Amino acid sequence: MTRGVRTDAVVVDSVVKQFGQTTALAGVSCAIHTGELFGFIGPDGAGKTTLFRILATLLVPDRGGARVLGEDVVDRLWSLRTRVGYMPGRFSLYQDLSVEENLRFFASVFGTTLEREHDRIAPIYRQLEAFRTRRAGALSGGMKQKLALCCALVHRPEILFLDEPTTGVDAVSRREFWDLLSQLKAGGLTAVVSTPYMDEANRCDRVALIQRGRLLAVDTPDAIARSFDRPLLAVHSAHRYETLRALRHYPHTHTVYPFGETLHYTDARTDVSVEQIAREVRAFLETRGVPRVAGGPRAIESGAGSPLHVESIPATVEDTFMARMGPETAPRSTDLTRPTVPTESTRQRHSSDPTRSETAK
Amino acid sequence: MNARRISLTALRGLLIKETYHILRDRRTLVVITLLPILQVILFGYAIRTDVRRVRLAIVDPTPDHTTLALRARFAATDAFHVVAVVAEAADLDPMFKRGMAQEAVVFDPSFAQSLGRGLPARVLVITDATEPNAGSIAQSYALSVIDGYERELRAASSAIRSREIVVPGALIVPEVRMQFNPTRESSNLFVPGLMAFVLTIISSLMTAISLTREKETGTMEALLVSPLRPWQIIVGKVAPYLVVGFLSVLGVIVEARVIFHVPVHGSATLLLGEGLLFILVSLSLGILISAQTTSQRVAMFAALVGTMLPTLLLSGFIFPLESMPWALQAISYIVPARWFVTVARGIMLKGIGLAYLWRETMVLAAMALVLLVLSTRSFHERLE
Amino acid sequence: MTRALEAEGVAIIARDLTRRFGTFTACDRISFDVRAGEVFGFLGANGAGKTTAIRMLTGLLLPTSGQATVAGHDVYTESEAIKRHIGYMSQRFSLYEDLTVTENVRLYGGIYDLDNRQIRDRTAAMLSRLGLTRAARDLVRDIPLGWRQKLAFSVALLHEPRIVFLDEPTSGVDPITRRQFWELIYEAASSGTTVFVTTHYMDEAEYCDRISIMVAGRIGAIGTPSELKQQFGAHSIDDVFVRLARPVQESPRP
Repeated sequence: MTRGVRTDAVVVDSVVKQFGQTTALAGVSCAIHTGELFGFIGPDGAGKTTLFRILATLLVPDRGGARVLGEDVVDRLWSLRTRVGYMPGRFSLYQDLSVEENLRFFASVFGTTLEREHDRIAPIYRQLEAFRTRRAGALSGGMKQKLALCCALVHRPEILFLDEPTTGVDAVSRREFWDLLSQLKAGGLTAVVSTPYMDEANRCDRVALIQRGRLLAVDTPDAIARSFDRPLLAVHSAHRYETLRALRHYPHTHTVYPFGETLHYTDARTDVSVEQIAREVRAFLETRGVPRVAGGPRAIESGAGSPLHVESIPATVEDTFMARMGPETAPRSTDLTRPTVPTESTRQRHSSDPTRSETAK
Repeated sequence: MNARRISLTALRGLLIKETYHILRDRRTLVVITLLPILQVILFGYAIRTDVRRVRLAIVDPTPDHTTLALRARFAATDAFHVVAVVAEAADLDPMFKRGMAQEAVVFDPSFAQSLGRGLPARVLVITDATEPNAGSIAQSYALSVIDGYERELRAASSAIRSREIVVPGALIVPEVRMQFNPTRESSNLFVPGLMAFVLTIISSLMTAISLTREKETGTMEALLVSPLRPWQIIVGKVAPYLVVGFLSVLGVIVEARVIFHVPVHGSATLLLGEGLLFILVSLSLGILISAQTTSQRVAMFAALVGTMLPTLLLSGFIFPLESMPWALQAISYIVPARWFVTVARGIMLKGIGLAYLWRETMVLAAMALVLLVLSTRSFHERLE
Repeated sequence: MTRALEAEGVAIIARDLTRRFGTFTACDRISFDVRAGEVFGFLGANGAGKTTAIRMLTGLLLPTSGQATVAGHDVYTESEAIKRHIGYMSQRFSLYEDLTVTENVRLYGGIYDLDNRQIRDRTAAMLSRLGLTRAARDLVRDIPLGWRQKLAFSVALLHEPRIVFLDEPTSGVDPITRRQFWELIYEAASSGTTVFVTTHYMDEAEYCDRISIMVAGRIGAIGTPSELKQQFGAHSIDDVFVRLARPVQESPRP
């Protein structure tokens, strides 16, 4: 299954891909090691699907190139198609065929049979076995996803490309899916997954953050989280929106965003200690009467903790993503809706990539 | 696993899958089985340009045995249904207006006298021509009844110097003589065209829809990223429709035979062979259409306009090509159905073989070849 | 009973609301209240019955049994009145892509019976708030996804409805835009609009005042995010979800 000693499973070299006026990929480069569980994390329109299609030999890059399992994706497509497993978005199953019929079909297309490959897909198929004769169209989202995974695996590929397999699926099925992927990785399979869910980054060995056709970072999730360049504070208060609004008027705010049950706050100053920042923020909010804002007694009554709490926390992958991507500028304008947030355009000016921004028309 | 093994297993897998699709998609099933049958019946019975039981009014101011004899002839054939016999032509107008009468035979008051004296005896035939086709046919029926009567008279009274019975007032209608269709049954004419129509639906329309459906659901992507070559995917997807088309041709022939007594005077094998050729042409068109779009609806529309309409209008199926303006006739040369209809009519009604039909067969074969090559080329191994 | 609740400012009332499709029960006697001005998160796995429930509340589907009142109107007899008083935005459809921004706004303004002056004024205010004034004459399809979603939300609020239903409004959108979207939601809620939202992002569940989780056609849990986390002994709503949906592996604490 794995090829030799440290040959990278995937090498992407400055790939550029445009569709008419839109630049889907603006010079993407990275390497994926054999046996890795690698994630591409980014929202819709980031370029994930385009990149996966290129790696799966379905599209040809305009500039740059890529090698999968040591073979060029453009020249060696027929060789690669027997070695690569691909699961496109939207499940791509035959709705009117049963679970078993779908599997048999995909097995036959690769010249093999379900029986022969049974042990390969057994751990996943076990969860589907009860629904063997049910039409794929009648399966729940989570089941469809597992079936699609089986179909992609049935011919024993050496590497798997899964394009947004967990999108639109409920949280529980998502977890189960990643458990399955970990199992597969333990069996030696290299898996490359794309997802818009930032929290799923932590289930990968390494990730690449991708946004608007460019990679913002490529590293282990921990390293990316640690690379967050400022101290990060979590502000917990009973009345979130008021606190948010208050902080937007705070002169030292660099960014403030809701984050789960708290607000994540970064300060514009670089010369002040994090404890000092925390104290000053807290004081500011108290002068604004935040803990005394009426209307949020439930949270306090249920004992969720003191009404106002400010503490330093480690950053997550999502924080880093947001810091690196900068806000999207409104079409046809360099104005911002949030005056305290750094501009995307300044970031672009510093970048050396030749990018045709979607907003510059 | 070697390439050949993949090919065979894959082909089998594709065929099985496609068969499931056809059997399980209720709409497809309905179209494939019911529609041809329905159409044969519909076209055969309802849209016949034969005219039956024309409502005939007779104006006979001076009835006598000669007028009664002619009147009896009209009453005897079931082409006519005598709805009224009146003495004055003035009574006709309200009958026509109300639609009570479609045609009228008006005897001149001196009909019997003129016949007796050997002078031209006048009979006026008035036809409601608001429906020109039916009108002219009704007219020619009336004329042939009169014609028959005249011949009988002549034969009976050979001793009497024959006079012509002049039938003024009737338009001169070019009588379309169906040399090999003595009963002038239009179903004979329709069935070959119907075959072409049914085949076009199955081979072009269904194929185009089936291929674009894969694109729409995204399964095409999964198929592409497999060792299957484009031609294999095409063959696998299209072969079942070939079989279905073939069976449809058989079905139409059998049905026409049994219900309408349309003969196959020529070689049935040749007919099936030509049918196969036509199916190939239609399939290729279906594939070409599907290559241009990812939307089923667009594919369906394109197939309807690009294949079914020409088959319906420009193949000689319903409307005779000879009576069309030359521009349309020129266009009909590239409509495959035109050639097939000629071939099918020739085999079924004339009983002729390749000796006479080789030119049409060559055209069909050339079309099949060119289109097959084009369609395979249009099917890319990648997404673009 | 419903009248008393209405007086208290309850925007949506559902009691034993049930919907069956043949033998399949999509919603099985669900009951809940949504208070006016609340941000209510309606969560659940696909196929758990969320979409059916929303359709019943927005007057698109008649319940099989049970009662529900939306903005004071009965779902059985006053569905047209409901439609006039609510706003709706879904992930699948929001705005017409081949129309410009202004054309879309005008269209919806017209549908909801706003006069020209109202449309003009509110459009200008909305676009300026979002920073889209210069893009007013752009086709919606040419505007980036995140902006489209924010615009769609604003358009859903154009006729100042009392309740707005949002069906996975931030699906696929980048993390910053998502949060900006939620600020718009907060803004709407603080001016009294009730927001009824479904989402697959569990962290967004935390942004809501109260949430309910549907499991197999029933409401498995309802309450504030903190209440639920306490109830199930979980650290996050994600955990709550897992414990609810897979009770065999993890049993909730009493």
